[in-house]
Amino acid sequence: MAGLELLSDQGYRLDGRKAAELRKVQARMGVFAQADGSAYLEQGNTKALAVVYGPHEMRGSRSRALHDRAVINCQYSMATFSTAERKRRPHGDRKSTEMSLHLKQTFEAAVMTQLFPRSQIDIYVKILQSDGGNYSVCVNAATLAVINAGIPMRDYVCACTVGFVDETPLADLCYAEESGGVSSLALALLPRGGQIALLQMDARLHQDHLESLIEAAMTACKGVSKVLDEVVRQHLQEASVLTRE
Amino acid sequence: MAVDMRLPTVKSPPVSVLDRKDLVVPGDVITSDTGFMRGHGTYVDEDKLTASVAGKVQRVDKLICVRPLKTRFNGEVGDVVVGRITEVQQKRWKVETNSRLDSVLLLSSVNLPGGELRRRSAEDELTMREYLHEGDLISAEVQSVFSDGALSLHTRSLKYGKLGQGVLVQLSPSLIKRQKTHFHNLPCGASIILGNNGFVWLYPTPGQQEEEAGGFYTSLEPVSLSDREVISRLRNCLLALAAHKMLLYDTSVLYCYESSLQHQVKDVLKPEVMEEIVMLTQQKLLEQES
Repeated sequence: MAGLELLSDQGYRLDGRKAAELRKVQARMGVFAQADGSAYLEQGNTKALAVVYGPHEMRGSRSRALHDRAVINCQYSMATFSTAERKRRPHGDRKSTEMSLHLKQTFEAAVMTQLFPRSQIDIYVKILQSDGGNYSVCVNAATLAVINAGIPMRDYVCACTVGFVDETPLADLCYAEESGGVSSLALALLPRGGQIALLQMDARLHQDHLESLIEAAMTACKGVSKVLDEVVRQHLQEASVLTRE
Repeated sequence: MAVDMRLPTVKSPPVSVLDRKDLVVPGDVITSDTGFMRGHGTYVDEDKLTASVAGKVQRVDKLICVRPLKTRFNGEVGDVVVGRITEVQQKRWKVETNSRLDSVLLLSSVNLPGGELRRRSAEDELTMREYLHEGDLISAEVQSVFSDGALSLHTRSLKYGKLGQGVLVQLSPSLIKRQKTHFHNLPCGASIILGNNGFVWLYPTPGQQEEEAGGFYTSLEPVSLSDREVISRLRNCLLALAAHKMLLYDTSVLYCYESSLQHQVKDVLKPEVMEEIVMLTQQKLLEQES
């Protein structure tokens, strides 16, 4: 184990949270006027901006179009100033390509693409500040943006990362915990039906612990979905008050 | 150069946080009664009618739909649209109309110069790019809707066709009020096309002489400064109305224009001025109704 104690004897983590406690989630929908849908989401110190265009005609290579459903095109990027060390991040490096692919898989499970044959939906996500759990924050922000664009979805997609320390699952890891050598797992969930849209783990973990870890991740995702639900309802209220309907 | 600064304003909390029953979010069960029909914005999950978009539930007899607050343009036959040519293909143009797929304008559904009843020859196919090329703006009417949702347009009337000098404002399609006519010559000295797809075209009111060319003639005469000012003011008024989610039609635009006259054209874009003139417009509309 690294020098840091990730979970104190009293059951507190580095930033003072309990094991199953999430970071504070704040979000806003409709931050841009020109895009079809947009959202800004903060989860603790991780901040992401998501923009959705579409469904629209295939641009670029027409041959990728599918005759029975829409193609989802995701692009993930990180701002140069998003991490402690300032760094130019060229487009299409391996890490961001992989992340784009994961986002694409997640949203293909949730968006009802079969309603829009031969078209394309673009989802662009940018991390403005990175403090762990980039994938899950991106998924949560993009969900809000897709809802804002009025694109039909089966359910919200909520994501959360969970780590395993001292026989206890830790919900919603921050950067210090993520880099502390914890075996972590990212999970994207459709909360109402309890279907898993994406499950990813690169570290080693004993088979016996997997079940409890997934269980903890699902609980955390449901917590996130409650917050997102509140944001969407609030936004709906405000918008319908404006149109005086 | 004068710089305008304002402090960040606190967004006022919504007036009433009532738990409204008619607003749903994706995944909400609308009804578990199987007697209803599934409309747009809904799907059936284990015999329960569930919403797939965030918006307002609308019920017509047995049909339940959910209308999202903001979507792309869903065209219907007879809608007036303003669009931009993206591609010239064989016998057809592709037009970007803020729809889910690009719309199609067939060579056989345009009025070519030289009479209504002209045969379309192979030569016409070769010279299509001379009539309309990529980037041109047109006004047209929806002729039919294909099975995949793409629109087929026509310009078989002298009021439709290529657009010349003017200003395009892109707004949300849900803000345009459906009316008998979407072409208006406003008394303030400019004309407006309120496309159902949310594209609004502002242009100087044309003279009489250009009717002959079948919609392909574009005037390159310089537009006078006063006309340009009127058009810029109208554009800013449209943006102000759209920012406050007001429905756009000839009367609302005109009243907004009249209420903005006491301000400079560029000042209309300031949030506080926007709010003021929109309030005045609402008042005028209410007075006119009663």
